[in-house]
Amino acid sequence: MMAIDTLTLTAEEAKRLLEARELSSAELYQAYLAAIGERDPELHAYLHVCDEPAAEGIPLAIKDVISTKGVPTTAGSKILERYVPVFDATVSARCKARGLVLLGKTNTDEFAMGSSTENSAYGPTHNPWDPTRVPGGSGGGSAAAVTAGLAPWALGSDTGGSIKQPSALCGNVGLRPTYGTVSRYGVVAFASSLDQVGPVAKNVRDCALLYSVIAGRDENDLTTVDVPEVELPAAQDLKGVRVGVPRELNDAEGIEPGVREAVQAAIAVAESLGAEIDECSLPRSVEFGLACYYLIAPAEASSNLARYDGVRYGLREQGADFREMVMKTRDAGLGDEPKRRIMLGTYALSSGYYDAYYGTAQKVRTVIKREHDAAFERFDVLLSPTSPTVAFPLGAKAGDPLAMYLNDLLTIPSCMAGLPGLNIPCGLSEGLPVGLQLIGAQFSENTLFRAGHALEGALGFETVPTRYRA
Amino acid sequence: MARISKEEVLHVARLARLELADDEVVRLQEQLSDILEAVSRVSELDLSDVPPTAHPLDVQNAWAEDVPHDSLSADEAFANAPDRHDDHFRVPPA
Repeated sequence: MMAIDTLTLTAEEAKRLLEARELSSAELYQAYLAAIGERDPELHAYLHVCDEPAAEGIPLAIKDVISTKGVPTTAGSKILERYVPVFDATVSARCKARGLVLLGKTNTDEFAMGSSTENSAYGPTHNPWDPTRVPGGSGGGSAAAVTAGLAPWALGSDTGGSIKQPSALCGNVGLRPTYGTVSRYGVVAFASSLDQVGPVAKNVRDCALLYSVIAGRDENDLTTVDVPEVELPAAQDLKGVRVGVPRELNDAEGIEPGVREAVQAAIAVAESLGAEIDECSLPRSVEFGLACYYLIAPAEASSNLARYDGVRYGLREQGADFREMVMKTRDAGLGDEPKRRIMLGTYALSSGYYDAYYGTAQKVRTVIKREHDAAFERFDVLLSPTSPTVAFPLGAKAGDPLAMYLNDLLTIPSCMAGLPGLNIPCGLSEGLPVGLQLIGAQFSENTLFRAGHALEGALGFETVPTRYRA
Repeated sequence: MARISKEEVLHVARLARLELADDEVVRLQEQLSDILEAVSRVSELDLSDVPPTAHPLDVQNAWAEDVPHDSLSADEAFANAPDRHDDHFRVPPA
């Protein structure tokens, strides 16, 4: 049996080894279980590990907001502690059908609400580069698992940055696809006009491969549409690619100097690869994006989370009458952040405030979309930092919701416009990964893969955390 | 912008079917006021001629095929029920 180094093995290489019969599917699965046994007690990337493979194939981790038939799905919440789905989400079913085998379910901020995975009711995940720091969130479990070699790749979900930001903080590749390209059927809903499922991987080609497995129209989610065929990127240059550098996304207050330096160096590399670089502007998208998001997302969440009422599934607390049972169940089962967002959303939708808050935010969303549309008349790709900071210490922002919300300042505007965004690691600052955000026009995933792949090759980022290197 | 009152917090909590402990009411009054102050910035823009966006894609009228398909059995649908009574979800009296 050959030695398997899960820290460096890509899914594409695993597939080749399986097809060449240099490796058995059981050996591959065992190698990941061994890595989980070794490193996950410290990291807590997984909420549930499948001890036996359900089939032969390439292993995959799935964020715990995505339904997996017969395997617990908690969304990081006590209110779904004993919930076991009786059906697969469309993305889970598509992965199974293409020979991917579930390794386990990864940790998430409760109902995907957060930017550090500290809001999980089951305890935080730790960053593989430095376990005293957060992995980002909400998909910190999937991002940490991929970086620490606890899965070759993983599925995440992204509402305002929950794939891209943890990938940035953990130093791997994450794609938030164009709204409507990937089915949400069977995915625990947070904010339905924003939620998207997407891949997390070690490199851009793996990311594109996993996207090709899950993307496409689904009769069970009528917001989905037909998508262009996925092209695995091969080109090493960026000749003819028009790259825009939005000033406001690159100069925003709060961007750490080390992050700025690494991103500027990456933009210089893009130019050396043949890209045509020019500055551009998204003034109102960045200035008003966060405010717009924190009205629309909580409003939709307050409606989506109304279903947790103790009647059909999930936790139930006893109450003298129906109303008391529902209120006690929600009090016991929901954590601080979901409660805060339900309260904020209910307030913003309540009589007398709807037009001033939700209605106004929807108009601001149009302004944001128009600004991006105009930028993509001139450019193929926009570049910026993904996160203003590198991974921060656990607990550093936990008591201050507004400070936590600022983590998503740079990822939110493009999410509001329904645009795809790719994170690739572009360097280190203070020994921690810096993420580069590539934003494209709607349905331009292939352009992002091409640009990301060429940049990744030229940047030569070492994805194995320093502390794991032999 | 006015801070939101304790009464408003309790009113919204009732609408949202959330039972809040006294210390949660105090904390939420503070936090929601801060957050609302920050998000109220959206009203600074002139939006008089701007239509709202509810859905970021330019698609309309997506219909499902109107054909029968498999659905969950009753046992599957009740598999996670906290309190099943025959083919019903049992709840306390209203």
